Amino acid sequence: MAILDILKYPDEALKQVSEPVELFDEQLQNFLVDLEETMRAGPGGVGIAAPQVGYFKRIAIVDVSSKPKIKHNGCMILINPEIKTWEGMKIGREGCMSVPDYTGNVIRAEKITLQACNAQGEVIDYECTGYEARAVQHELDHLDGLLFLDRLVSRRTDLFKRKVYKK
Amino acid sequence: MNDWKMLTLVGQDQPGIVARITTALYEAGAQLGEASMMRLGGNFTIMLMVKSGQSIEELTQCLRPVVQDMNLTISFQSIEASLHQHEIPDSIITVYGADRPGIVAKTTTALLEAGYNITDLDSDVAGSEAEPIYIMQIEGIATQGMAAVEKAVEQIKADGVNVDLAPLDVMIG
Repeated sequence: MAILDILKYPDEALKQVSEPVELFDEQLQNFLVDLEETMRAGPGGVGIAAPQVGYFKRIAIVDVSSKPKIKHNGCMILINPEIKTWEGMKIGREGCMSVPDYTGNVIRAEKITLQACNAQGEVIDYECTGYEARAVQHELDHLDGLLFLDRLVSRRTDLFKRKVYKK
Repeated sequence: MNDWKMLTLVGQDQPGIVARITTALYEAGAQLGEASMMRLGGNFTIMLMVKSGQSIEELTQCLRPVVQDMNLTISFQSIEASLHQHEIPDSIITVYGADRPGIVAKTTTALLEAGYNITDLDSDVAGSEAEPIYIMQIEGIATQGMAAVEKAVEQIKADGVNVDLAPLDVMIG
């Protein structure tokens, strides 16, 4: 068990596309333990992607269960994940362990369905909403070399809450 | 003593203020920090952190050609400051209503008494000249808990303005 070093932007390595995982071996299991420990050691600690620790494989972990009063799937080990459907849009504030001391507004789908392998290589289907869906989309972006900085929208665009317009 | 100064600038909005001011500062060897720049009532305004070993007089002198040419008003102040001091707000409060005297004073006083620390405030007068509406968005930190702020919000609402308090749950991944 070890807390791994987090790559920080402007490290260009964060902009590279990660490769699919092919072997679900012991080395992977050991890496997952370290990755989860690193996630929990970080500020917020609700999600992490392998490229953030310099391992360019399509692996992310999301666990928002520590947040009160939200829907969640517990600790999700997401290997070779693929988002299948997107629904709704919402602006929310995000930060990133790889971009310290900055938070900004990002538009994400409110509800997503996705498919990913677990640590044993079994394919699992998930449905995520709200904060958890946001965390998943943020982490999966890392696998494609995208940071939340690539998706920033104005801090001033959400003056009226969307719900006001809907009714 | 550090070398940070706060530059404040106001002038009739016109193309080129930002480019010309920042170029003059760059050429003077100054480093720029955090900034807030916006159009307010047809004026363009700048609050800009500037780091430089030069004196306020010297910096003012560097900007003089642009300032005179564009008819701007500037002022530098020495400040105790450093970068990387961001505080993450935990809530957003939106206030709107028919414009009348006292909305900001009453709202922010109630929030202050509830231990609310404002980190960012934007406001606008919209609507028409005959029937102006006031719209304000406040971000901040509830230092004495959200329950106290909720109570303050109810108190502000009772005064006849629309107030919405929403938690800002920053997702750090």
